[in-house]
Amino acid sequence: MTPRITLATGARVLTQLRHDPRTIALMLVVPSLLLALLWWIYDGGIVFDRIGPALLAIFPFLVMFLVTSIATLRERTSGTLERLLSMPTGKLDFLLGYAVAFGTVALVQALITASVAIGLLDLDTAGPAWLLVAVAVFDALLGVALGLFVSAFASTEFQVVQFMPALIVPQFLLCGLLVPRDQLPAFLEAVSDVLPLSYAVDAMSEVQQSADPAVWGQIGVVLGFSVALLALGAATLRRRTP
Amino acid sequence: MMNYAADDGPPAITIRGLRVARGAQTVLDDFDLDVRRGSLTGLLGPSGSGKSTLMRAIVGVQRTAGGTVEVLGRPAGDRELRDRVGYVTQAPSVYADLTARQNLRYYARVLGAPISDVDRAIEQVDLESHADHLVGRMSGGQRSRVSLATALLGEPEVLVLDEPTVGLDPVLRVQLWELFHRLAADGVTLLVSSHVMDEAERCERLVLLRDGALLADDTLPALLARTGAADAEGAFLELIEKADSEVSS
Ligand SMILES: Nc1ncnc2c1ncn2[C@@H]1O[C@H](COP(=O)(O)OP(=O)(O)O)[C@@H](O)[C@H]1O
Ligand SMILES: [Mg+2]
Repeated sequence: MTPRITLATGARVLTQLRHDPRTIALMLVVPSLLLALLWWIYDGGIVFDRIGPALLAIFPFLVMFLVTSIATLRERTSGTLERLLSMPTGKLDFLLGYAVAFGTVALVQALITASVAIGLLDLDTAGPAWLLVAVAVFDALLGVALGLFVSAFASTEFQVVQFMPALIVPQFLLCGLLVPRDQLPAFLEAVSDVLPLSYAVDAMSEVQQSADPAVWGQIGVVLGFSVALLALGAATLRRRTP
Repeated sequence: MMNYAADDGPPAITIRGLRVARGAQTVLDDFDLDVRRGSLTGLLGPSGSGKSTLMRAIVGVQRTAGGTVEVLGRPAGDRELRDRVGYVTQAPSVYADLTARQNLRYYARVLGAPISDVDRAIEQVDLESHADHLVGRMSGGQRSRVSLATALLGEPEVLVLDEPTVGLDPVLRVQLWELFHRLAADGVTLLVSSHVMDEAERCERLVLLRDGALLADDTLPALLARTGAADAEGAFLELIEKADSEVSS
């Protein structure tokens, strides 16, 4: 790994994104609009206070999964990945470059969404708001890592998009947003225990409910999943292909 | 056929017994080749004959099933070779959503090449007027020149160029071949593939491929003398006929 190449890769991914202002706008604005819609549906009440923070965890995961999986699939199919790997680029340079770039976007996204939720929509959280943003960024990194890994198993953009209902929606259903996890049937609760999004949503709920939230355990789990997925992703990056 | 002059030193590329299988098909089998340092070698053959596969093996991105490929005395794809061997894939591998200059700046940083190389490379492929255009809005020929410029960054000692002149207009093709000759004169080893036989005239040395087999490895004049043909295309057909009659007899 070479820091020069990692940072150059991150900067390059951000430059590519800059040429696509519509995607940037959608990434940054849509989460806030959806939160506002939710606020409207529940009339800003107590349900909104419970669901709002969970959505702050889900958006960055979902959005970064989609953009990363498609962007890296393009690198695999267009020959740019092959070219980079025939140059001094290390596999980690490539993976971490993406993590740096989309982690930065996630930070901006989380700042905007959290500001809208707390400032405009009066979302009530007992814990500090910056922790909401921190959890959201770690969650985005989880999405990046999953997207990088999954792109190895798709050969078209259609296939990559189909991984969303397959891999993300079950996590969404079991993360405690619809039914608290401890009220799920025992088997489903056990499944939700091994899904990373559950821990991200738990962390958000903790920040919402507790003035002195203990979230580093959950963040550690999310980070552990991200590292494991990045390692698996690195294994799918091959210098020599058939 | 390989009686190179004694003062050439060791070859830049040495291939012995190379075997490559792609899918169910054996593309190259027991393949040998030497490429002299500082030479401009044309790799010619019809499409599907294995040119790209051979080049991928030389760059070290092709999974092989046997044999050895050495470049500059190291195994192909070795870490030490990654900024000494420039490679241009047949399909342009550049980012469509970046400008030509942004593409080159990125690759220059990856290679650790000075940023001034970017302008030099853009000039070498005659793209100054389009340097700040998005690659995605360029014509195929312009796009492949951006891809070619990438391989000129830094100071590669070996250039492996897969059909770099396909789809370009004749004037530009002549310019690029002049550029290739200048690079070879400076000591760079170039291996340039083409499925257009006309391009043979521009190479010092020709490697003719057919169905993964080496038909010839010689200079054009020697090839013409040997086959009695008037041009490279004729020589190629003559060699095919000879090879086929040897197989059937
Ligand atoms: N990705 C691939 N998977 C399987 N077979 C391939 C692949 N690429 C090329 N081939 C096969 O390998 C042979 C040689 O192809 P290639 O090296 O691309 O030839 P050329 O560059 O001379 O046109 C062809 O028969 C082709 O069908
Ligand atoms: Mg080819």
